[in-house]
Amino acid sequence: MSNVRVLVGTRKGAFILTSDGKREKWDVSGPHFAGWEIYHLKGSPADPNRLYASQTSGWFGQVIQRSDDGGKTWFQPGTPAGETTTPDGMPKGESNKFVYDDSPETGKPLTTHQFYDGTAKPWVFKRVWHIEPSLDDPNTVYAGVEDAALFKSTNGGQTWAELPGLRGHGTGAQWQPGAGGMCLHSIILDGERIFVAISAAGAFRSDDSGATWKPINKGLHSQYIPDPNAEVGHCVHHIAKHPSNSNVLFMQKHWDVMRSDDAGDSWQEISGNLPTDFGFVIDVHTHEPETIYVVPIKSDGEHYPPDGKLRVYRSRSGGNEWEALTKGLPQENCYVNVLRDAMAVDTLDSCGVYFGTTGGQVYASADSGDTWAPIVRDLPAVLSVEVQTFS
Amino acid sequence: MPAHLRTLAGVTGDVTVAVSGEVTRRSILDALETKYPMLRGTILEHVSGERRPFLRFFACGEDITHQSPDDPLPQEIASGAEPFYVIGAIAGG
Repeated sequence: MSNVRVLVGTRKGAFILTSDGKREKWDVSGPHFAGWEIYHLKGSPADPNRLYASQTSGWFGQVIQRSDDGGKTWFQPGTPAGETTTPDGMPKGESNKFVYDDSPETGKPLTTHQFYDGTAKPWVFKRVWHIEPSLDDPNTVYAGVEDAALFKSTNGGQTWAELPGLRGHGTGAQWQPGAGGMCLHSIILDGERIFVAISAAGAFRSDDSGATWKPINKGLHSQYIPDPNAEVGHCVHHIAKHPSNSNVLFMQKHWDVMRSDDAGDSWQEISGNLPTDFGFVIDVHTHEPETIYVVPIKSDGEHYPPDGKLRVYRSRSGGNEWEALTKGLPQENCYVNVLRDAMAVDTLDSCGVYFGTTGGQVYASADSGDTWAPIVRDLPAVLSVEVQTFS
Repeated sequence: MPAHLRTLAGVTGDVTVAVSGEVTRRSILDALETKYPMLRGTILEHVSGERRPFLRFFACGEDITHQSPDDPLPQEIASGAEPFYVIGAIAGG
């Protein structure tokens, strides 16, 4: 018997939604970490009961939580290997510590980046936006943070070390924050190759497990920056890739939906007949590498669907030709947003697609998007959605 | 402490810590983080050690947020007769 577990991060806690393979009836647990912003939580592909969560607060900073039992119980993993907890059994706080590596031996100098007005600002850690567990080791996990950098833990989240080659590869002084902050929000692992995306800097690739990096933004055109074809400075909202193809990437940019067939070395626009090519999410069908999904949003000034109709758009041709998927979704008076990390797909034979809205709904489709139904309607604003599949 | 920090530390109500030497804001927070290490970084930022901007400190009805962290605190705080308050800014209105 197969089943799925949907991990939902919201403005006021985490929720875990479970169902069998039919994906019709759902159990809802939560809120976990009630009252805290849960930017992202994700399970390890190597050990599905190992979950990591980014718990943050404007008041109290960053907390990393870990579960080893599929989300039933959680703990802070922050006691370094070889050390003991306090006499009272309290974990040490090292798992919450993200320190940019500016050491002469392994790090890169802490430069400045641009603020919204073009002035130079120093790098200051604010929060973890995205957690990406390794594909084959439950104790290895990556974290994309604001101010933009990539961190890695190899001890189950107990301690974190920056991969400074990204922040320090040379273009950092030209990066600037998007409206949500200067965040590293997308991480794709593919052997020794790692793709990341930063708002508003662009996409970057490492071919040596994160040691060295280069911008991969050729072909992106952003009219809202001083040089529309600049090497960096593009407001990339999300990138996605099918596991079977190392060279094909899809991107939802601030405006424009893009595709690369050469691992990001060049990009082509595939917005085609979309009603608007602004949006945040993009994802790929589990079994059809050329089937992709986006949720068009009216504009950067109006963060809601065009015409008050919530529509997922699907392309079965890798872009350019899109069809609206509306069955089961509100087609009037709908003014929610769908944020960048709030769409995911399961791996069942009939591919399930899931997304969450800022109105607190989590929608599921068990038939590749043909029909939709809400799993829940009234959660806090959804920040992220991930899915685990158990066969 | 604010409710979220009590939840994080797994405590209810007031927290009592033993402070060696002079009782100051710094020595209280050091003792708090030693007893409850998961609170490191939540009141004072991990790297800079600076107070998080939405938090304030009160002792014996006085706002001591902007006083030196090494100023001695009143005897009532040192003896435990009066609590040392870590207050989060009100949000929602």
